[in-house]
Amino acid sequence: MSDEFDRIKEVYREEATERLAELENAMLELEQDPENMDIIASAFRAMHTIKGSGAMFGHDDIAEFTHEVESTYDRVRNGDLPVTPKLIALTLSAHDHIKALLEGHDKPGSVDMSIGEAIVLEFRNLLSAPIEKTQPEEKPKAQQSRQEKQQPALEQDTDPEKTITFRIRFTPSTDIFANGTNPAPLLKELQELGEAVIIADTHLIPPIKEMDPELCYVSWDILLTTNRGINAIKDVFIFVEDVCEVHIDVIDDATFQEGNYKKLGEILIERGDLKPEDLQQVLGGQKPIGKILEDSGLVPPDKIQSALAEQHRVRDTHEKRQQGESSSSIRVDSEKLDKLVDLVGELVTVQARLTQWANMKSDSDLTLISEEVERLTTELRDNTMSVRMLPIGSTFNKFRRLVRDLSNDLGKKVVIQTEGAETELDKTVIEQLNDPLVHIIRNSIDHGIESPETRIAEGKPEEGTILLTAAHSGAHVLIQIQDDGAGLNVNAIRSKAVERGLLYHDTEMSDTEIFNLIFAPGFSTAKQVTSVSGRGVGMDVVKKSINALRGSIDIQSKMGQGTTITLKLPLTLAIIDGLLVKIDREFFVLPLSSVEECVELSREDVAKAHNRHVAYVRNEIIPYIRLREQFGLDGEPPEIEQVVITEVSNRRVGFVVDYVIGEHQTVIKSLGKMYRDVEGISGATILGDGTVALILDINQLTHSAEEIESSLVH
Amino acid sequence: MGKVIMTVDDSPSIRQMVTFTLKNAGYEVVEAVDGADAINKVKQHSVNMVITDLNMPNVDGIELIKQLRANPAHKFTPIVMLTTESQDTKKQEGRSAGATGWIVKPFKPDQLIAVVKKVMG
Repeated sequence: MSDEFDRIKEVYREEATERLAELENAMLELEQDPENMDIIASAFRAMHTIKGSGAMFGHDDIAEFTHEVESTYDRVRNGDLPVTPKLIALTLSAHDHIKALLEGHDKPGSVDMSIGEAIVLEFRNLLSAPIEKTQPEEKPKAQQSRQEKQQPALEQDTDPEKTITFRIRFTPSTDIFANGTNPAPLLKELQELGEAVIIADTHLIPPIKEMDPELCYVSWDILLTTNRGINAIKDVFIFVEDVCEVHIDVIDDATFQEGNYKKLGEILIERGDLKPEDLQQVLGGQKPIGKILEDSGLVPPDKIQSALAEQHRVRDTHEKRQQGESSSSIRVDSEKLDKLVDLVGELVTVQARLTQWANMKSDSDLTLISEEVERLTTELRDNTMSVRMLPIGSTFNKFRRLVRDLSNDLGKKVVIQTEGAETELDKTVIEQLNDPLVHIIRNSIDHGIESPETRIAEGKPEEGTILLTAAHSGAHVLIQIQDDGAGLNVNAIRSKAVERGLLYHDTEMSDTEIFNLIFAPGFSTAKQVTSVSGRGVGMDVVKKSINALRGSIDIQSKMGQGTTITLKLPLTLAIIDGLLVKIDREFFVLPLSSVEECVELSREDVAKAHNRHVAYVRNEIIPYIRLREQFGLDGEPPEIEQVVITEVSNRRVGFVVDYVIGEHQTVIKSLGKMYRDVEGISGATILGDGTVALILDINQLTHSAEEIESSLVH
Repeated sequence: MGKVIMTVDDSPSIRQMVTFTLKNAGYEVVEAVDGADAINKVKQHSVNMVITDLNMPNVDGIELIKQLRANPAHKFTPIVMLTTESQDTKKQEGRSAGATGWIVKPFKPDQLIAVVKKVMG
């Protein structure tokens, strides 16, 4: 940027030199032909350019000095001042001085400033001599500040304490479009200043036959709550203030008394939309005033809408202000929160028991109470959970440094962009998400993003981009890590997998399945082991940690275009909605978020499939796992069993159970030391009657079933 | 994206400064050295906005604005004039010729961008 600017400055210097030559020529010609207005005009233009650009390229001295000469020539141009030999001589010495300033710019002190002052003085004398009533010439400095004022102001006069609500009535002249003004960007600019409610008043739009599409018939009422002050609003309308009507009124600031805001009628009268006597006349009916006025045709509906919006806006601002004064955040020890969540969990369990008991007793009073308790418990649960929610933004920010350091180490150029930093997730989920994300981002920079040279050769921007996004999706949060690097090489992964004996060379696999191979322990296609990645530890760790969070991971990649890794995570770890099922006398819970549907499975269906563990559901073959066999439970299955179909890493897998009981709010209890590593179980929950139900880890179950299957096949 | 702005100025340094600033902000820029050149170039390019100096040889800024406004394709195109003259006369002349707004020289890059945003959105 500064190089570019230096180059432009150099252009200015060359140009100014040229212009000075023009000025010199003009003076010499003017000596012969003092009346020639064309020559005077060109001299004026030369000075105008030197002055105008001078200030923009850091030559304030030149700009100030030339301003004096230019003012004189403005008079000459207008015929107020004759061209005299003295003027020409003076201009020539001014020319020499500007030239000296220009050349001496890089060497401070090389120019004798007193020469300039002397010339300025002479010019001023020249100006004041022939015209008697010349006003004292403004100093360039003052001139400067006046110009600044006329410039659309940029400086923000921001005072957070001074939040004021303005009512702005913007009535453009009908021919506003004729000078290229579009009101829409102006309204947008207002919206950027603060919270704005914009109401268009369209009642002047004529029927389409009479309408001239080149005219503007609409006016706007804007209610703007901002802390930027009235000048910022005036600046928005700076180009249109002489052709449009703009009224700006303060309708609310912090000094106003709290309480009910003005009534609708009062607002309309204050705005001049309604006469007081008309209001008196209509006041008497029973209907709301807005309705009466609209029916009577005294005020157009748009105007009423606008006034109502003002009423609401001010009420809202008042409410917010009160909230802002009374409630601020407090810091709480996170252990206390954990304890609270625990207690809420217990309460949810007790409530489940109460519901069950009430159902059994068929006592209507008890049922009523139990329903009330259920409603409150659910609300309490949701509120408690939301207390533990934190925006993911702080985690995202940590990665900026990581990306910067890593890309420097590896000699790559990478920028990270984030979206959805405000997305909230359970505190514990966020904490456990850090390491997997670090691994994924490292991989993206190391394997994904190419070196700047390669990228340029492939026609990509030199700088690689990693886009980190978070978004809510139902009871889940989706976190995406997207890079625009080389993408995964399907063939390389495949041959590496064959080499490592993970699959046979003729095994048919979809790209997605092949991508999933990178999660196998010790898998790496990197030719070189760098300090950052390539040892093949990482992606399997990522997979494990995401599974531990009961999340799933998905990879999309296109060769040469980049890779997108999507993590799907539950919002919270403590309580989930589950599907309660029963096998023999045992209860199990499946996470409801993974459940897609339940279908029946009769003995006949099993026979049709030749006892293979597949079910046909609407022409789709879905493999299933018999939980009865999986957990070695005794007893005869019922005549008709149930298949709970779930989605696991983009595939549909069924789980066969005896009965599906229904939805169950599940408070997750971790298992004791002894059972912590049992495969296929991620935790336990206590049912209403006190029995324990195990929570199934469907990811792990599917995975181990697959392993057994493939060992049987091969 | 891809909005085209024409900068009309007989001073290469101002032109380059404007071009540089606008390109940095993601606009496409067409340069013209004076009013006559600008009138020629609007025929070849589709231009969404014009930033013009007022004092120029051949066809000056005021005349350029008048001619552009007379052209049906640019009847509603935002035209912003660059001027060092803080006197209202020149500004008024530009306004009545149909200029949308003005920028007083010298200006800073962000002032230029603010004005572009104001008139184009």
